[in-house]
Amino acid sequence: MTDQTTAAFDLDCEGVTKNFGTFRAVDGVSFSIPTGTFFSILGPSGCGKTTLMRMIAGFEEPSAGDIRIKGKSVLSVPPNKRNVKMVFQHLALFPMMDVHDNIAYGLRCAGVPKAEIGARVADVLERVALPDLARRQIHQLSGGQKQRIAIARCMALNPDVLLLDEPLGALDLKLREAMKIELKLLQHQFDTTFVYITHDQSEALVMSDYVAVMNAGRFEQIGRPEELYHAPATAFVAGFVGDSNRWSGTARGTEGETVHIETETGLALGGSPRGTAPIAAGTAVEVFVRPEFITVTRATEPAPEAANHHDGTIDSVLFNGANSRVLVRPPAGGLIEADVTLTGGTSDLRAGDAVRLSWDAAQTMVFAA
Amino acid sequence: MSRDARRLSLILLFAPFALWILLLIALPHLGILALSMREKVAPRVYEFGFGNYAEFITEPIYWNTLLRTGSMSLLVTFLALIIGFPIAYYIAKIAGKRARGALFLMCLIPLWVSDLIRAFGWILLLRESGVISRSLQWMGLTQSGIEFLYNDAAVIVGLVYTVILFMIVPLVSTLDGMGDDMIEAGYNLGGNSLTVLRRIIVPYAMPGIVAGCIVVFMMTAGSYLTPILLGGKNSSWFTEQIYNQFISRFNWEGGAAFGVLLLLFTSGVVWIGLRLSGQSLANTVARS
Ligand SMILES: Nc1ncnc2c1ncn2[C@@H]1O[C@H](COP(=O)(O)OP(=O)(O)OP(=O)(O)O)[C@@H](O)[C@H]1O
Ligand SMILES: [Mg+2]
Repeated sequence: MTDQTTAAFDLDCEGVTKNFGTFRAVDGVSFSIPTGTFFSILGPSGCGKTTLMRMIAGFEEPSAGDIRIKGKSVLSVPPNKRNVKMVFQHLALFPMMDVHDNIAYGLRCAGVPKAEIGARVADVLERVALPDLARRQIHQLSGGQKQRIAIARCMALNPDVLLLDEPLGALDLKLREAMKIELKLLQHQFDTTFVYITHDQSEALVMSDYVAVMNAGRFEQIGRPEELYHAPATAFVAGFVGDSNRWSGTARGTEGETVHIETETGLALGGSPRGTAPIAAGTAVEVFVRPEFITVTRATEPAPEAANHHDGTIDSVLFNGANSRVLVRPPAGGLIEADVTLTGGTSDLRAGDAVRLSWDAAQTMVFAA
Repeated sequence: MSRDARRLSLILLFAPFALWILLLIALPHLGILALSMREKVAPRVYEFGFGNYAEFITEPIYWNTLLRTGSMSLLVTFLALIIGFPIAYYIAKIAGKRARGALFLMCLIPLWVSDLIRAFGWILLLRESGVISRSLQWMGLTQSGIEFLYNDAAVIVGLVYTVILFMIVPLVSTLDGMGDDMIEAGYNLGGNSLTVLRRIIVPYAMPGIVAGCIVVFMMTAGSYLTPILLGGKNSSWFTEQIYNQFISRFNWEGGAAFGVLLLLFTSGVVWIGLRLSGQSLANTVARS
């Protein structure tokens, strides 16, 4: 890469690897984050997200690979000299200082003149919409306020990159929903690159410009949220991002764009091959179908044109407003989830109704197992 | 009925505690206080007055001894803190889970032997015919034996050794409560090692530091055996004065006054320390 292109990236990782003894926690991770992006790293617990972030912040030394910030390698730069700030999983606000001193700490370390510190602290508190809290003690703040102070403390230093390690994990559900939107707005406002770690796919999808899906130390796919959702590159991504019906099975043959599958439970399906590995007759495969692509019609009514039709009876109805869902038991195999619209009228589907499920081959994602 | 029973059980529960406070703490101190305000005007004739205290003020050797005891105790406290803090930090933050127990145990070992035996241990090491002196002679570094005992340094070394555990325990317990992420946040926000120590670790550990210092200072100022055995005749420790008044001179009134003065003096020092560090008794000693 030439200097000009690297300068457009706030953060570059190239083949970053971390071994703990014989265990490889992070395995050859490479990515580049364009300036001003909200970038999420999404992965299950223990996949190495925190380890990767600690390497970027400088608390762990990579076993191999290079990390560049604004195009410059930072491997030899100690953590306190890197212009990468971090919001810790448990925030790590200093309990013996008040809000003002927490924010001023970094400014003092940076040698900002005393006269200027007060104004800078007031300014950043203004920007996180908590202008009156400067003299509060940390234990007097609510969970959401602590969150914003932790971000303010980092943003006061104008970092090149802000790292956030599952900062919403400790909040209750309602606050978490509110903070998701808030974080996105803050990122816009500060116009700084955020690298956000989470194991919650809905957080990653809602907030991010780009999401990297991580599994067992490797990046499976990097892309926009809708790409990950509609065009997952691997079976892991298809299963981890969004809800889906999932079957294991064997390919029976291909016909044009369509591959015919027989699942272990005995369902015959037509699907579209995804991923890079070739699928031929006899290949073991994983099949994913998202519930919203399955149309549910009563057995007595005409079903839409589709490659896959399966009859069954409704086992249960999961009412959740606009996201209501039915569980359908086909004659062979386990339950199938499908999204439905429930209006509250007498024509709504009920448990025990005989229904027909239909979906397209294009919506049936088939990966070589 | 059941309320009465509850009340009764509460009273029974608190009775030993109340008795302990009353009989072993309140009564003796009140007795000492009363005793200290009796003046001997003639053989077996006493009257109320502050003569015993006046004698303390007019006789410089007494208050010099008290000041000396106080300043030496402060020095011991300071040394125990300086030496104990890195040890506590190592135990709480650096050593692994398994090493921690072993290290704690090693700190405890000196407490398994009595004060007296420990002091004699030091005597065996430090006296003119002791281990250190002999080794130096054997190595040819000195011709005649050197007496390391009976000076202030020996007293201070012995006292620090005796009390350091009481510094380490509260420090470990407060440092233990400090997450590693707090320290990492300190570095991440741009602090160097000194800033992190000064602005984050020490303020965080302040309750433990103050608790340890109070306990160590009180123990040191009130200690008797170690200063006497290691400092010899001229150790000039205030507890020795009290002992002399009570036992040698059979002047119970004077001894009582000295006891009250020692208590007031140490309490005053502790109070000043608390004010200076901005801590309260409730969140230091009571917490750890
Ligand atoms: N210092 C270490 N020594 C040995 N193994 C470690 C160390 N730190 C992390 N690991 C291992 O590396 C793997 C990845 O850990 P990491 O903390 O990065 O996971 P994570 O993705 O952040 O998980 P979570 O979502 O639960 O926080 C884990 O299996 C962990 O046990
Ligand atoms: Mg983690």
